[in-house]
Amino acid sequence: MKRIFLQLRAELMLLARNGEQLLLTLIIPVILLAFFGSVDVLPSGDTEPLNFLVPGVLAVAIMSTSMVSLGIATGFERSYLVLKRLGATPLSKSQLVIAKILSVFVVELLQAAVLLPIGLLLGWNPAGNTWPLAIAAVFLGTASFAGVGLILAGRLRAEINLAAQNGLYLLLLLLGGMIIPRDSLPGFLSTAASVLPSTGLADLLRSTLNGSGPLMQPFIVLAVWAALAPAIAAKRFRWS
Amino acid sequence: MSVVVENLTVRYGSLTAVDNVSFEAPTGAVTVVLGPNGAGKTSTIEVCEGFREPAQGTIQVLGLDPRTQHAQLTHLMGVMLQGGGVYPSARVGDVIRHFCALYGKKVDAAALIEQVGLTSRVKSTWRRLSGGEQQRVSLALALAGDPKVVFLDEPTSGVDIDGRDTIRDIIAALSQRGTTVVLASHDMAEAERVASHAVLFQEGRVIAQGAIADLTGVRKRFRFTSVATIDTTELAGAAGSPAHHMGDGVYEIAAESSPRLVGRVTQWLAEQGLPLLSVDMGQESLEDAYRRMTGGRR
Repeated sequence: MKRIFLQLRAELMLLARNGEQLLLTLIIPVILLAFFGSVDVLPSGDTEPLNFLVPGVLAVAIMSTSMVSLGIATGFERSYLVLKRLGATPLSKSQLVIAKILSVFVVELLQAAVLLPIGLLLGWNPAGNTWPLAIAAVFLGTASFAGVGLILAGRLRAEINLAAQNGLYLLLLLLGGMIIPRDSLPGFLSTAASVLPSTGLADLLRSTLNGSGPLMQPFIVLAVWAALAPAIAAKRFRWS
Repeated sequence: MSVVVENLTVRYGSLTAVDNVSFEAPTGAVTVVLGPNGAGKTSTIEVCEGFREPAQGTIQVLGLDPRTQHAQLTHLMGVMLQGGGVYPSARVGDVIRHFCALYGKKVDAAALIEQVGLTSRVKSTWRRLSGGEQQRVSLALALAGDPKVVFLDEPTSGVDIDGRDTIRDIIAALSQRGTTVVLASHDMAEAERVASHAVLFQEGRVIAQGAIADLTGVRKRFRFTSVATIDTTELAGAAGSPAHHMGDGVYEIAAESSPRLVGRVTQWLAEQGLPLLSVDMGQESLEDAYRRMTGGRR
């Protein structure tokens, strides 16, 4: 446990030293929220636009940070031989994976602290009273996406990993009901997308924050991803 | 023996990088794994560190299998990579303190930073360090866990003269306190300065191993430098032993140096009106021994 916190501290120190990356992680979701919250261009269906948008953008932020940012950074750590060097210390693969997931969670708390007040300022009216479940959703989403990101980063060369992370991000963004409602997708795609972690997170955040929509199915989908993806990442992770 | 390698083979696809290699590194000694680039040194070291799976062979480091008992070995082993290993934006002090804490052996990070001569660079980031300073950080990280065995891959590569002295002193101190040091190098002169034992690699095979004093003490020779146009047949006749032109005006007489031999050669050079630019009649160097064993090929 002590090594997890030591590594978490090191990860957070490095994050703080890369201030521009941290800023980008905060600014992009803020721009998304401010733009789509002010311009009514998204097909949100029967849902109140901001009730659809705010949890969706929060889900996008979580996916960007925990999968793409973490995955790409870890890929470059491999190319810098940082992972190989850590592999010669008593820090185990699973301790490293847990520390990285926790560091992402800290960043996401910052994102939530910025995005949610902006959503409220834009007129979002969260009717849900299940905030503990929403926090659990954030944690499950973080574990799921970080696991997926680390599965790729743990095996692929940095350049291929970079392309793979961005490609997967785009796919999950378009299919996962984060910005575009799943109802707008063709039937078979909508059905297939229902088991994606992006769908699980967006749906779960909407039901917990807005107090409407399905709860159990996205929870189960996300819990399965959160259990399997980090375990596979730790198992398949290569130090070099 | 702290490191025992038996019948090790490492393959990359169809390429055999290390071919049925066996050697030992004595406890408390400094053993250099020596050979030109691409000879299989780093692959061998990586197998010993547990980072690479061998195609065949048995490896024991402190009695542990580096692959299946890697977790136990990490508490006892220090590793210095050939390059990199630190995030570019990480500060020297932070990264060394972090590694000391990860091992949890109460190694004093400040003392370690001072030992590698980087106290004035403690707040510098890795990317702002010179190549030699980065090597010294890497060495500090290898020592952060007070290891029983350390693997150092090209530890003095790119390091300036002062830095080399620092690294040599640290390696000597490690050996004195009983730590086994295994280092990979292609720099034979440097290896000879820091190591007591050597394992000589050529094209993935071990061609010789043992105490450096034994490896270089096998054969004596008399070597001198003059102009590059001497007829070696005539020279051999004068010396009474076979003579070879080693290139660049360096000649070698294949006989043990003696006042009689030196007298004959210098007298012959004087008679021919040829200059005598330098004389070397000591024990052969490790590089000489390597060239002799490989027939001049590296």
